Amino acid sequence: MRPKTLQCIVTFKTTTQAMAFETAAKASGLQGRLIPLPRAIGAGCGLAWKEVPEHKVAIQALFMQQGLEYEAIHEIVI
Amino acid sequence: MIYLDHAATSYHKPPEVARAVYQALLGTGNSGRGVHTASLGASRVIHQTREKLSALFHVGDASRVVFTANATESLNIAIQGLLRPGDHCITTALEHNSVLRPLYLMQERGIALTMVPVDQRGCIVLEDLMAAIRPETKAMVITHASNVLGNVLDLEAIGELCKTHGLLLILDASQTAGLIPIDMSELGVAALCCSGHKSLLGPQGVGILCLAEGVLPTPLRAGGTGMDSFSTTMDLPLPACLEAGTLNAHGIAGLEAACDYLGCYGIERIYEEAMSLAQRFVEGIRDLQGITLYGDLGAPLRTPVVALNLRDYDSAEVADELAERFGIATRAGAHCAPEVHRSFGTVEQGMVRLSFSHFNTVCDVDAAISAIRILEEETR
Repeated sequence: MRPKTLQCIVTFKTTTQAMAFETAAKASGLQGRLIPLPRAIGAGCGLAWKEVPEHKVAIQALFMQQGLEYEAIHEIVI
Repeated sequence: MIYLDHAATSYHKPPEVARAVYQALLGTGNSGRGVHTASLGASRVIHQTREKLSALFHVGDASRVVFTANATESLNIAIQGLLRPGDHCITTALEHNSVLRPLYLMQERGIALTMVPVDQRGCIVLEDLMAAIRPETKAMVITHASNVLGNVLDLEAIGELCKTHGLLLILDASQTAGLIPIDMSELGVAALCCSGHKSLLGPQGVGILCLAEGVLPTPLRAGGTGMDSFSTTMDLPLPACLEAGTLNAHGIAGLEAACDYLGCYGIERIYEEAMSLAQRFVEGIRDLQGITLYGDLGAPLRTPVVALNLRDYDSAEVADELAERFGIATRAGAHCAPEVHRSFGTVEQGMVRLSFSHFNTVCDVDAAISAIRILEEETR
């Protein structure tokens, strides 16, 4: 298994929100990707966006600029 | 990518299914909305598919094969349309949310619900079902096989139980339709609900509801059927009374081709080939101390589904590792079956599910075995 590192994790209420964010994130040059929702955040069916913590501000800016919806932004070791 | 998530949807479709959808897209009218070639063509394809599904499940009459959008809609029609306030209903801890949530909704509307727990292997004990029956029990709503564990329920015995006590047997066959033969008439199934896109190998967007003679759920939807336009109600016989709105004729055309494929290839052969791959996988990893396997793996009849965990690792993390590092697509988490995880104490961890198809190869399985063995060794 890969070593655990600090990551910025964005969670969404719906798959539609996650898909909208992925499109915007890729267009803005973010390097992260969608992952299965880590249990440290929640259980159940779900997607999350994993990004290096240095890009947290860029993610927040993206949400602000584009009015995208999401659930929460976490910083956790996974 | 090695696709081992067939319990979610069959990724590999027979080429004739894709061709049938393509042909349908090139020119299909709206069934029942005209008497021209295009509309009649759609009606013919839809009717032929009803006939084939009726034969496959021994429904006895193609007019009792109803097309829906998915298994969830089929289950909602059966559950909401057949149960009434004051009824008692029995279900199991193996159920998917497509069964549980409609039942919880009906609980709010006044039905009583008993959920029969599973044993340590994730099996339903027949005596527990029997003990749950009350004078006011109207129906049993059960899955044919757990989407998480692959355990198959004893449908013959449950069918007999329902016949003896005059209960409606509402069957969620999403995990078995096209994989395990189902004789609805013989088993005494009142309503068989499934999707067309799993082991039936059709496109997504088509669900199936097969009803026994005399079983008529109250429709959930009202709308256009192409018939009796001046009536303010939809007082029509089956299947029209449950099919308001345009059907997915393009998807149904694909499903018809899938039925033909199943008939030619043979459901028994598909089952044997898929199970052989699942068993090979289990044999390849069962000696690993860091792997927990779930379900009744020694049962003579089960589906080609294997649920596992790696030590106490988050199942999401393991599935992500399998996908990103080894190119193996599996499913992690709760699989929309909350009571299974409460039963096994895996609410937080979830389970990694690998589900096999006869379209997979021995090489696919060996790659999965190798990946799991590597991860297990790395985490010692």
